[in-house]
Amino acid sequence: MMDTLYGLLIAPFAEFAFMQRALAGSLMLSLGACPVGVFLMLRRMSLSGDAMAHAILPGAAAGFLFYGLEILPMTIGGLIAGIIVALGAGAVSRFTIQREDASMAAFYLISLAIGVLMVSIRGSSVDLMHVLFGTVLALNNEALTLIGGIVLVTLVSLAIFWRALVAECLDPLFLRSVSRLGSPVHFIFLGLVVLNLVGGFQALGTLLSVGLMMLPAAAARFWTMRVEPMCVLAVLIGFASCVAGLLLSYHVSLPSGPAIILSAGVVYFASILFGTRGILRARIIHHRHRTA
Amino acid sequence: MTKTCLTFRDLTLGYNSHPAIHHLDGTIRRGSLTAVVGANGSGKSTLMKGIVGVLKPMAGTVVRAPGVRAAYLPQQSELDRSFPARVVDLVSLGLWPRRGLLGRYTREDRDSVSQALMAVGLGGFEKRPIDTLSGGQLQRTLFARVLLQDADLILLDEPFNAVDTKTVGDLIALIKRWHGEERTILVVVHDLELVRQNFPETLLLARQPIAWGETRETLRPENLLRARRFHEAWEENAPWCEPDKHGDHGHGPGHDPGHNHAHDHHHGSGPRAA
Repeated sequence: MMDTLYGLLIAPFAEFAFMQRALAGSLMLSLGACPVGVFLMLRRMSLSGDAMAHAILPGAAAGFLFYGLEILPMTIGGLIAGIIVALGAGAVSRFTIQREDASMAAFYLISLAIGVLMVSIRGSSVDLMHVLFGTVLALNNEALTLIGGIVLVTLVSLAIFWRALVAECLDPLFLRSVSRLGSPVHFIFLGLVVLNLVGGFQALGTLLSVGLMMLPAAAARFWTMRVEPMCVLAVLIGFASCVAGLLLSYHVSLPSGPAIILSAGVVYFASILFGTRGILRARIIHHRHRTA
Repeated sequence: MTKTCLTFRDLTLGYNSHPAIHHLDGTIRRGSLTAVVGANGSGKSTLMKGIVGVLKPMAGTVVRAPGVRAAYLPQQSELDRSFPARVVDLVSLGLWPRRGLLGRYTREDRDSVSQALMAVGLGGFEKRPIDTLSGGQLQRTLFARVLLQDADLILLDEPFNAVDTKTVGDLIALIKRWHGEERTILVVVHDLELVRQNFPETLLLARQPIAWGETRETLRPENLLRARRFHEAWEENAPWCEPDKHGDHGHGPGHDPGHNHAHDHHHGSGPRAA
């Protein structure tokens, strides 16, 4: 019995270095991306994450065009493209009447078209697949260091700007009346979104990296009424999804990225149903009420 | 210590180059309690936004006396009620002027949050999620936050909306307490009876100040009539207001209070029909 469990759960990680790297990389990613996802969701920008993931493509493609399938140039390219789109869309919404959803849509669509154009100029479809879907099982030391750095920057920034970020989500007009931090905090936050998506795209690809950001956050929303526990829970759900996804990928030989995201998807659906603020609980509890 | 808290110099505030407050001059005395009265669209909220600095003037300036900290309760809050926060989290935002971005909340701070809630009649509401509050309870929560901000200048934009009579009484008592503490207070109010009973000074706005000074004088029927007759709509083709055509606009308590302040010269402003 113990042997079977060991074989199922521990052995793949204990015996294979590539699995250890994959685990380390994806756990680190969860640590940074999941809290960022919670704030994206609470700011009603859940789909912006998806838009940003598309927006990264031309940068990554440019890196790929000039340097081939190398991690650093592609990452830096993605970072630049993402930041241009985030700042552009953010600035348009801050300084004009257009809302962020519209400006973000406009910017990312333009960016995506440029990206597809660049990949098609000199790429085979196999390369495109790699950029779009990543490979968590091929993370090298360079990539792990990069992800580690991104996580560190994310957690430190969140710790410093936590109060401003919460105030900016909860009551932006109030924050503007007591402090000038409103706009800077918004842009710092968009920067963190880009950073974490770029960090995720080696492992999960540009399209799926947003999944590790949003799904645990969306699931955590069904369990708690406060931001701090929500972030912690999202990270834990992220961890669980990574472990489950990698094991699935190993045992059933599924592609690792989708396996991780789908594991998070399972947690999401379970949370909708069984969460303390989920469907079933609301149905059962609300048939009874207190006297006051 | 200077006696002036706020100085308006030829202040014009508005949107899309249409003025909502037009060439306002005058001063707000330190420690004064002023009601801001006027019809819809007369520029009351705009003036508040201009004072707190979330709306930049199109012309002229608002000068705050050095060191004056403002607390602002907007009419239309941008508060996100679906945000997972408790009453105590919302009220604690009022500690910002004291603790800023990184300062730790002390036990004292937490006590003062509870006291502020107690003062607005919401003792024991600390742990309540904000999306379970009624409209009036939320308004009182925001009052508690203003209380916590401990500001020298307090701007309340229609604070009595959706608030029941008893609570209005409580909130008025709170405002009077602030007044007693020599804080400067501006309140946008619609209920003229409430103004007559509780506010020593009144600014009557109709995009321009109609009257400004002692409440009984300001709210005389002829002033109110004139305030009602202003033209609420913008005129798309109103000519541009030339800066050199208006000279002295002395307004404010102490300067001829209660007197007719309507400008009789037409400097192409269009929006006024008086």
